[in-house]
Amino acid sequence: MNLHLLVALPVVTALFLLLLRDLRQIRLIALIGSIVQLGACFLLLDSYLDVRAAGITEPVLFKSSAAWFPSLGISFTTGVDGISLAMILLSALVVLAGVLVSWNTEHLPREYFFLLMLLSAGAYGFFISLDLFTMFFFLEVAVIPKFLLIGVWGSGRKDASALKLALMLMAGSALVFVGMLGLYFNSADSFGAHTFDLETLSMQAMSLNQQLMFFPLLFIGFGIFGALFPFHTWVPDGHSSAPTAASMFLAGISMKLGGYGCLRVAAYLMPEAANYYAPVIITLAAIAVLYGAFATLMQTDLKYINAYSSVSHCGFVLLGIGMLNQTAITGAILQMVSHGLMTALFFAAIGMLYQRTHTRMVSQLGGLLRFMPFISTVFVIAGLCSLGLPGLSGFVAEMTVFMGAWEKHDTLSRVATIASCASIVVTAVYILRATGKVIFGPVADAHHGEAGDACWNEKLAAGVLLAGILIIGITPFLLTQLIQPDIERIMFNIGRDLAY
Amino acid sequence: MPSLNNLLLILLLPFCSFLLLGLAGRKRLSPLAGILGTTSLFISALLSVHSAWTYFSSTSSHKPEVAWSMNWLQFSDSLSIDMGVLVDPISMMMLVVVTVVSFMVHLYSLGYMKGDERFTTYYAYLSLFTFSMLGLVVSVNLFQIYMFWELVGVSSFLLIGFYYDKPSAVSASKKAFIVTRFADLGFLIGILILGHGAETLDFNTLIARLTDPSSPWLGALSAGSFLGASALTWGLLLVFMGGAGKSAMFPLHIWLPDAMEGPTPVSALIHAATMVVAGVYLVARLFPVFAIACPVALDVVLWTGIISSVFAALIACAQTDIKRVLAYSTMSQIGYMMFALGLSGYGGEAGLGYTASLFHLFTHAFFKALLFLGAGAVIHMVHSNEIKDMGGLRKRMPVTHLAFLIGCLAIAGIPPFAGFFSKEEILTAAYAANPVIYWIALITAGLTAFYMFRLYYLIFWSRESGVSNAHPVDEHHGEGTISMKLPLLLLSVGAVIAGLVPFGNYVSSDGTPLHIHLHIGDAVLPVLIALTGIGIATYFYKTESSKPAKLMQSMRVFYMTLHNKFYIDEIYLFITKNIVFPLIGRPAAWFDKFVIDGTVIAIGRTTDRIAETVRVMQTGRVQDYALFFIASLITLAVFAIYLFH
Amino acid sequence: MTAIPLTHILVLSTLLFFIGVFGFLTRRNLIAMLMGLELMLNSVNINFIAFNKYLYPEQIEGLGFTIFIVAIAAAEAAVAIAIIINLFRTTHHIDAEQADSLKY
Repeated sequence: MNLHLLVALPVVTALFLLLLRDLRQIRLIALIGSIVQLGACFLLLDSYLDVRAAGITEPVLFKSSAAWFPSLGISFTTGVDGISLAMILLSALVVLAGVLVSWNTEHLPREYFFLLMLLSAGAYGFFISLDLFTMFFFLEVAVIPKFLLIGVWGSGRKDASALKLALMLMAGSALVFVGMLGLYFNSADSFGAHTFDLETLSMQAMSLNQQLMFFPLLFIGFGIFGALFPFHTWVPDGHSSAPTAASMFLAGISMKLGGYGCLRVAAYLMPEAANYYAPVIITLAAIAVLYGAFATLMQTDLKYINAYSSVSHCGFVLLGIGMLNQTAITGAILQMVSHGLMTALFFAAIGMLYQRTHTRMVSQLGGLLRFMPFISTVFVIAGLCSLGLPGLSGFVAEMTVFMGAWEKHDTLSRVATIASCASIVVTAVYILRATGKVIFGPVADAHHGEAGDACWNEKLAAGVLLAGILIIGITPFLLTQLIQPDIERIMFNIGRDLAY
Repeated sequence: MPSLNNLLLILLLPFCSFLLLGLAGRKRLSPLAGILGTTSLFISALLSVHSAWTYFSSTSSHKPEVAWSMNWLQFSDSLSIDMGVLVDPISMMMLVVVTVVSFMVHLYSLGYMKGDERFTTYYAYLSLFTFSMLGLVVSVNLFQIYMFWELVGVSSFLLIGFYYDKPSAVSASKKAFIVTRFADLGFLIGILILGHGAETLDFNTLIARLTDPSSPWLGALSAGSFLGASALTWGLLLVFMGGAGKSAMFPLHIWLPDAMEGPTPVSALIHAATMVVAGVYLVARLFPVFAIACPVALDVVLWTGIISSVFAALIACAQTDIKRVLAYSTMSQIGYMMFALGLSGYGGEAGLGYTASLFHLFTHAFFKALLFLGAGAVIHMVHSNEIKDMGGLRKRMPVTHLAFLIGCLAIAGIPPFAGFFSKEEILTAAYAANPVIYWIALITAGLTAFYMFRLYYLIFWSRESGVSNAHPVDEHHGEGTISMKLPLLLLSVGAVIAGLVPFGNYVSSDGTPLHIHLHIGDAVLPVLIALTGIGIATYFYKTESSKPAKLMQSMRVFYMTLHNKFYIDEIYLFITKNIVFPLIGRPAAWFDKFVIDGTVIAIGRTTDRIAETVRVMQTGRVQDYALFFIASLITLAVFAIYLFH
Repeated sequence: MTAIPLTHILVLSTLLFFIGVFGFLTRRNLIAMLMGLELMLNSVNINFIAFNKYLYPEQIEGLGFTIFIVAIAAAEAAVAIAIIINLFRTTHHIDAEQADSLKY
């Protein structure tokens, strides 16, 4: 299976979109494009499982490498393992749902879908890269469209938000780049040639001092993408100003680039530094979890509620990574997938409500269950997933993180774990407050009933995401079996380096 | 050993009916929904009774056995969530209780909820609840029980808030969920402590490892000390905190009375017979660990139980809402079960409390469900929950009257009704264990008899004229349909005969039959006290008079304290409204907005300002640039000459 | 005939160059500034010819460059005067001090 197809598909779709003029054609092509992407991802999953079932235990499959700037040791190396495959599937689901909820984009639809496709190309490219430079390239590809999506199609204080988001993410990628250069220049092989290749780098041991210098750059850089406290402030503004699909992409995909990078690049290549900085990471993550939850309590705008809760939930990802043990990292990855689906669903539901009621303020909404049973049900399910109801994906992910976090014995980790556990109560409070007011309770405005319930495209979008949430929630072993061997390999690497 | 297929079918039937009804949506299937749900529960109930029958009649010694299990989520080599079916006496007993009461409630709801626009949804929720509760009782794994624990919580949330356009119902549902969620936080941390300590989450292995005095796991867990208690004690106490939350033990009980906002059949099922006893079930499930490894934790169970029991009984005397009286009475009776567990020992005669507690759970399910369904019939007719709107209903509702009376006699502990036997066992166990507990329990029993008969007289006797003008009786309804009367009659039979089951032969702390001998002599005092309670209630409330009002006047402060439930709600409200929100939530939001976001914005502003300063250098005049250029050139030249000369 | 030493010529060209620089920097009139510019170019030309003659008499690169610079200077003068005329058309002056619309 040629992985380049994954990047090529959205790019081709995007270019094709530029030729079209009519909204109907544009969205049809975008839809077909995203369905084909999803199909390709499932095909990839299928062939991946086939190869694995045949007993092949290579770390990455479908690897291919093409020289890009040979003199600098940069090559376009791609390949997938279970973890990246999980992320790719998540992205494909969110892309499809995002295209579906933007079905009625009136304003510049061609450019809108073009940017969405570009963003997804960046995400796929990032997840399949095995070369740091390629990875960085796709990271940047995924940043720029966000700025335009928010700046042009956003709402509220969109200019300020777009600027803040773009600048903070750029700062993050600048840090990432410096960190990558640090890895590059410490990677001389016996001939003195440097490399950006992830697998080669993981084989080489870097001196502790160098690690201590470059680990924070990479971790904070990726951490900015993944809403690391206190660099999370782009999250609330960015999410709330973005149009629905962009919020979904942002929370569902972009924030995962950060978590994935923290794990795949920072912790994987510099485990000793990760171990050294673990107390800091754990503290920041626990603060993010609890503090994000408390900050959510005070929000009055549905999108802000979900954005702050994303800060809280992404804290679990970093907490899991900071714990550096197999269970916790499994939990972190589960949480990435789960949060991606759940928060995309939540944003989709909020977008649908907003389209019909023209307000996102909790105080102005009420009793929507009467008018929009489908959207309300989706909203409630997304909320329940967010507060970790068993049977939905959030529970599996959070419990795995907690279980793993408890394995670390020192007092700080214990306190951090208990604090993070406490967030499930606060989550329940803010989710139920919002749900109780918006979905249940007396009707706030009878006009809200005029717009009717969800259309087919919205139902389909919600259905796609719900299916993902339920599959992970009810049969989590499918996902854990997919990612387990790779986490074991990562842990083996980390353990080997730590043993020295 | 009952057949596995039957056991799985018991669980899957309600689940399938939930899926079917849930997906069918609001309109379709509406008339069929009730029939479908009820039928599937009927089959479930039959299968449960059959399974229990085969189980209890086949063997005499009952050890827990895992009938089926699958690995659901592997955390690490030793820790995993397994989904499975555990067969042991208490799980079989609970299967019967849950399915039978649930079936009664399904049947009853056919009439009670008739014509509701969300009839299908209601049955879907009921099925979801039943499935979750069944999953809870057959759990093989500490985490499995936690999962179903959360699921019953959420189905309870959905059902309490079923009348979602009533703000009080919505806030009651939120309150119930959040309070139990808070308790579940303890449960979760307890699971983490115990699971990691014993390196297993499986119940049987866990119990085996933590009750063997020589096991390394027990040693490690008991060794350390944090705030004066070992990890084991903390783990068990936190697990118990979860149980106390779900079972509405003091001080986590505040959600239960409010939960009465839900439809009455739901209160009967969830908030009387099944879900609220989950805490008792949880302690019973882990009982060997409590009893053998950690008596300190068991003492906490004991005192929580007895305090809740008397506390709730006192409050129940001063409530005016029919369902709230029943809610507090539920809390009081669960307190009974809890303290019975708390004072029990492990094995043999010392384990009487254990058997008595579960026996009481068993009988209580019948008579309390009966009382709630009876109350439901009354509410259905009067359209009000307030006692003052009722009175003199005995002639209009003969069946309900009879059923309610049986329920009251059963809960008051009058022989030969069911409550008498189980309560008598508890009191015997208490007498043997601790006289203080015994006397408090006796007083509670007297209070129980008093408030139940106060309720009974105020509903069915008191005012002869019938009903106040404010709420005219709906003559068309009468007593309700046959589907409402039938469960009342069936449960009445249950409330009469459930006490005759030789419970000790089946359920005991160590799995070997326990032969219980009740002495007539021991029973005299409790029955007398109960009769006294009834007598006082008769004196005050049988006919409408000014006696209760005078009594209220004479101890006004006390009455108001009871009426306001010891102001516990207000304390909670104070904590949340004045501490959590303004002192934690608001500063967090403020900090985020002004400090963190402020820093980012300040960095942006600073960049802006520096640029503002620097741009003045760009005068736009060619000659300035040229001067600058040439000056720099000369400087460089001079520098180069100096450097390389 | 005694040859003029190279130094003399270099001093002349340096003087010419800095007179040009001074003119370019101090004159307000754009035409005058252009003249300063021409002076600078021509001083460079003198240097080229002088070095060619004194150091590498057998080669002609210096002469070539001089021709090249003369040509460039002509083209540059044409462009510059075109700009100046355009400036005059729009602002009715050719004062370098006031032509600061490029600022900020």
